[in-house]
Amino acid sequence: MKKQKKLSRGVAVVGAGMSNFGMFKNKDSKDLFVDAFNEMISSVDKGVDPNEIEALYLGNFTNDFFVHQGHWGPIISDLVGIAPKPSTRTEGACASSALAFREGVFAIASGFYDMVLVGGVEEMSKCTTEEVAEGLALGTYPYEGNVGFTFPGVFGVLATAYFAKYGASHEDLMNITIKSHETAPLNPKAQIKLTIRDIMRNKMVKAEKQGKPVPQWEDEKAFLRDPAANPVVAWPMKLFDCCPISDGASCMLLVAEDIARNFTDDPLYVKGIGQGSGRGLHAAGDLTSMEATKNAAHEAYNMSGLTPADIQFSEVHDCFSMAELLHIEDLGFFKPGEGYKAIAEGLTKRDGSKPINTSGGLKCKGHPVGATGVGQLIEVWKQLRNEAGKRQIPNKDLRIGAAHNLGGTGGTCTFTILERR
Amino acid sequence: MEERTFSDISFRQYLNEDKLMGSRCKKCGALYTPPRSLCIKCYGSEMEWVKMKGTGRLAAFTCITVGPKLMIDEGFNRTNPYCVGVVELDEGTRVDARIEGVDARNPETIKVGMPLHVDYLHREEGANLTTFLAFKPV
Repeated sequence: MKKQKKLSRGVAVVGAGMSNFGMFKNKDSKDLFVDAFNEMISSVDKGVDPNEIEALYLGNFTNDFFVHQGHWGPIISDLVGIAPKPSTRTEGACASSALAFREGVFAIASGFYDMVLVGGVEEMSKCTTEEVAEGLALGTYPYEGNVGFTFPGVFGVLATAYFAKYGASHEDLMNITIKSHETAPLNPKAQIKLTIRDIMRNKMVKAEKQGKPVPQWEDEKAFLRDPAANPVVAWPMKLFDCCPISDGASCMLLVAEDIARNFTDDPLYVKGIGQGSGRGLHAAGDLTSMEATKNAAHEAYNMSGLTPADIQFSEVHDCFSMAELLHIEDLGFFKPGEGYKAIAEGLTKRDGSKPINTSGGLKCKGHPVGATGVGQLIEVWKQLRNEAGKRQIPNKDLRIGAAHNLGGTGGTCTFTILERR
Repeated sequence: MEERTFSDISFRQYLNEDKLMGSRCKKCGALYTPPRSLCIKCYGSEMEWVKMKGTGRLAAFTCITVGPKLMIDEGFNRTNPYCVGVVELDEGTRVDARIEGVDARNPETIKVGMPLHVDYLHREEGANLTTFLAFKPV
């Protein structure tokens, strides 16, 4: 057996901040990162002098495409007063900022730095839907892009493979969508703070005001079955299976474990950190699983000595409803082919035995792709520190939480486990 | 078979000539589509071209209504979706391809496992010739 993976010295999170996620006409990437940075500074319980930050690791997928500006490391670094100290941009498609987090952890674990800022930013809303689809498709495999695959298309493919193998259907994916919309209104930072029932009601009121026939739906699933309300984007992925187009920024302050308590009495420790790479649909072994996620989980469980049962709750990368289903199986929370049954039983709800995406997930919290990985870890930070407000996971002494971040069509996946001691 | 580098460029050139080609490692026999120049099973770098039969079955698919510019230029849109999928070739390897000859507006009629045969969709001519790898029901 290979030796256990470990950091040369421990790393702790002592601050975290996030901009609102959404579509902002009057704010760009820079403004959003400043929002995240200011919140991070004020989140450090005992205060921090920003001049002590020694380096920035910044995740950004492709503002090069979305806003025709590349090289965001130094731009953001200067904005928050870190320049001329180093800044490094990490790119792993939608997992870009989880890679920034990981590089920051390694930089401190190596002993080179004692304090670094990690985060991410993305600005997508100035593009049309078609342009966003094309920009995101830059993260597919070339053979996929060449024949017209899009991101939702890839998850459509995985869904048809899963349905054929395990007998699940789109009705099962609806449970994931409904769950995300149930918790999102409790997250003040979420982009979509509406339940599916709220959306149904709004549509009825709007139709009535406009003097049009008022649509009627028996329940949420009837609404989600209605092609007028929930059109196909990439069969079987429909509009409500897809996360929105978002702008946003996120950041976290990492320090060496031995100085963590200078900044807070309640730091979180990096318990396990894993990453994996995938090989595209044409080379993937099994179209109902992602080998990059499995490798990431393997590394993180190996380092932490924990098993899937020890993870009390997790954010997982639900860019599409189908993605959430695949990940909860690949991370070992449920057996292959059993995830959709667990979801139907409510096990992944906020009050279930394995709460998943208490933030509302990418589906409702929003998915500014480069900011998402650290954004997910901020939900773990809030839950573990009992700061999640109305969406706090009930009746549990939370000690171990995790976040799974995915980039591309499974090309880059990370799994990060945080611990409260 | 003629000397061509085992590359994506060669793979696309062959598609222009209505050939679906893979590469096989001379050392361990591993077969790859699209071709690889380096065998990732044994790290052998001696490859040979293999002409694929062009038959297989649909491993998974999707019908896309919001596509990239490449597909919008092909005339597809929200009311005229297109089908793409992963095809498992009879030789055991897979390729990503457009799926033609199916009703992308009625995806319920498209079945995982259905037998398929290769097709080549040529665009432009001469030096600008490009080809979409496609499959259609047998």
